[in-house]
Amino acid sequence: MSPVGFVWANLHRRPVRTYLTLCSVLIAFSLFVLLRTLAVVFVGGNDLASGSRLVVSGKYSIIDSLPISQQRAIAQVDGVDAVTHQTWFGGNYQDPRNFFPKYPVEPRAHFDMYPESVIAPEVLEAFARTRTGAVAPAELAAKFGWEAGDKIPIEADIWPMRDGNRRWEFDLVGTYTFKDEDGAQPVFLFNHDYFAEATGIRGIVGWYMVRIAEPQRAGEIAKAIDALFEHSMNPTKTATEDEYSRAFAQQVGDLGLMANSILSAVFFTILLLTAVVMHRAFRERVPELAVLKTLGFSDGRVALLVLGESLLLCLFGGLLGICSAFVLTPVVALFLEFLRLDFELHWPTVGSGLGIALALGLVVGVPPAVAARRLTIAEALRRN
Amino acid sequence: MESIIDLTDVHKSFVKGSEVVEVLKGIDLAIGKGEFVALMGPSGSGKTTLLNLVGGIDRATAGDVVVAGEDIGGLSSGDLAKWRAANIGFVFQFYNLLPVLNAERNVELPLLLTKLSAKERRRNAATALQVVGLADRARHKPGELSGGQQQRVAIARAIVADAPILVCDEPTGDLDRETADEILDLLDILSRDHGKTIVMVTHDPKAASHAKRVARLDKGRLTQEAA
Repeated sequence: MSPVGFVWANLHRRPVRTYLTLCSVLIAFSLFVLLRTLAVVFVGGNDLASGSRLVVSGKYSIIDSLPISQQRAIAQVDGVDAVTHQTWFGGNYQDPRNFFPKYPVEPRAHFDMYPESVIAPEVLEAFARTRTGAVAPAELAAKFGWEAGDKIPIEADIWPMRDGNRRWEFDLVGTYTFKDEDGAQPVFLFNHDYFAEATGIRGIVGWYMVRIAEPQRAGEIAKAIDALFEHSMNPTKTATEDEYSRAFAQQVGDLGLMANSILSAVFFTILLLTAVVMHRAFRERVPELAVLKTLGFSDGRVALLVLGESLLLCLFGGLLGICSAFVLTPVVALFLEFLRLDFELHWPTVGSGLGIALALGLVVGVPPAVAARRLTIAEALRRN
Repeated sequence: MESIIDLTDVHKSFVKGSEVVEVLKGIDLAIGKGEFVALMGPSGSGKTTLLNLVGGIDRATAGDVVVAGEDIGGLSSGDLAKWRAANIGFVFQFYNLLPVLNAERNVELPLLLTKLSAKERRRNAATALQVVGLADRARHKPGELSGGQQQRVAIARAIVADAPILVCDEPTGDLDRETADEILDLLDILSRDHGKTIVMVTHDPKAASHAKRVARLDKGRLTQEAA
């Protein structure tokens, strides 16, 4: 029997209590790793682009569609240079894990709107001419081994074709790249006309992208656009991409605050729970600790044994929690696919989880350890 | 006979509220190496307090307590712990075994403080259990053993580190007559054949009759010693 074995045996004095506490610690640390990872992923994903573009979406929700008739009205607003539209398509390529965003767009207008996207003129021409044509970011095409001329099957989840068929097939006419990969949005693009024709849903788009010549007038132009539709059936909310980015960052901030609030509550509860358990365990064993001292265990050694129990409990529970977070990560990643987030555990988060487990073990273990150290043998044996 | 325990004018008092209670009032006692001494006396006479002083788990208020060649009154808490590990084996009335450990591991406990390897610790623990006749109960936890068996395990724990002195506080107080006799016989063997010095507190004259010498305490004073 080693000292660690002795500590482990002591933890099994009341197995139900120990394992319930262990479960609480496990869940707390699993939550910690997953929530912190989520916050990190959100913070890492909000590096969006310029102030010369506006986003016009539904006033109440970005999932509300807008009538295509608004495009012409927006184009006529003073200061608007160009307008195009995009729609969220969803759908899966072979497997839900192969997630990438897919938008039906107006080919020429789209690449005119995004000068940072680079496409060969002949590819753009082919894209515009081919009813079922599609273009993909070069990196995405390389990932799946696509080449121009390939048929790309997409299983629709939101938009079935009007005959009920959910299997769409697109003809890949080529690829495009980005001048600067930072902040680039790798989207699989296909022709909106084909989308409207195949679904039978004409005159509906997801949102508008608006280019303005004078970014300093963005606020004024956004107000003018929203004023156009204020009393219509489809009121809009217009913001610059920067504002969108800031709003997103604000949401991330709120998410971080929310995650921290939840974790604080969870850890405070775990702290109290574990502290109560360790204190009870200590009080139950006062005579036994005195016996250890009679056998020659020094005050410090007895204190270390008591501290070791809480450290072992918290570190073991924390480690199990972190392992379970690893197991749960692919599941959470699946749920977050629609947000285009790459949900992966980060080692610093894992490290801080272990650090917190250590700190928790110390915080709940030090008071009983100090009490054990101060225990006088004769006094404690009299309690027996 | 060379003495292994020498108490000279030992006083011990406790503070209870505003009152100072003097439990031992100038005890002089010498116990020779290998002697088996019983401490008797009425409740509250100071027997257990005296035993605690001899075992180094309490400190005298005044006087000299020299045990195994060491004036233990001057030792620091850490040194006193080391000294106890090397020199004293404790046997309690209620055995005080750790319920989460089996018999072998309970016996092995004092050896965790030594530099013995795990294999050596296990071997020594097995030997100690053999000495007390419980080799076949090594894997049993205290809850699975009778009172007499638990006390044997406690004795094995007391002798496993080869401490020269056994300090026994009412070792048969919780046992029936027959089992008590077995335990006392075992203590006899340890004193006679293994040279252990035994100081035993007891209320039981029959138990005391196993000792070579009986020291009687009354109201904190040693009133009588009988051979």
